[in-house]
Amino acid sequence: MDGPGGHGECKEIVHRLYHFLDGELDENRRLAIQAHLEACLHCLEAFDFEAELRQAIARKCREPVPEALRVRIALSIHHPLS
Amino acid sequence: MADQATFAEVAMEHMGSLYSAALRMTRNPADAEDLVQETYLKAYRSFNTFQEGTNLKAWMYRILTNTFINNYRAKKRRPEESEVDDVEELYLYRRLGGLEAAAAGRSAEEEVLDRITDAEVKEALESLPEQFRMAVLLADVEGFSYKEIAAILDVPIGTVMSRLHRGRRGLQKRLFDFMERRLVGERD
Repeated sequence: MDGPGGHGECKEIVHRLYHFLDGELDENRRLAIQAHLEACLHCLEAFDFEAELRQAIARKCREPVPEALRVRIALSIHHPLS
Repeated sequence: MADQATFAEVAMEHMGSLYSAALRMTRNPADAEDLVQETYLKAYRSFNTFQEGTNLKAWMYRILTNTFINNYRAKKRRPEESEVDDVEELYLYRRLGGLEAAAAGRSAEEEVLDRITDAEVKEALESLPEQFRMAVLLADVEGFSYKEIAAILDVPIGTVMSRLHRGRRGLQKRLFDFMERRLVGERD
């Protein structure tokens, strides 16, 4: 199958995708993947999607704090409410 | 030693994120509120043990997680979690074309990212088994590092990575299932 994960090097790159996005790769590996992404549009598109998906997930999980809860907690920890 | 009188100043800003996390953990708004309130109280009372200069948010998340595990985990007020299938990497990305979601001029990627609803994301996350859900929540929603997550959950880093690995794939499968169900429903 063509595209990310389909060819030898791309397969390796995709395996490291999440560590890369998590910022958990050492400098050498990070640079190597960066270089590959600059040269390989297929992988770049897959990485972009995964990065955006993660941002969408974080955004969509945000909940406003109920005001009453905020006040209750502030009082219990002796926070001066403005 | 941190000064308890300064706790409120530095701690209030994390309430939004702690509350969101509490909702995903307890899957029940009343419990989530109690959990967050208890967390703040515990943090306040033990703030003198917090090492200034270290990550306050991570410290509070550890209290949140421990409190959840000790007091709230047993309550089962919402639907059961379902098992995670071990699906391939890039599961959702590879199936974008199949969703036939793209309107004229928009890519399938854009369509999916725009049209997945908040409710679907939350439900997908909440249906993951708790261990995977917590890991994905801490990494992808809150942005903690593997090392921080390991400290919060009190597990080895290897365990964090493996739970993330499976949790993320499980999440993608669920998101795909939601999208497919909705788009097929709209079409017919």
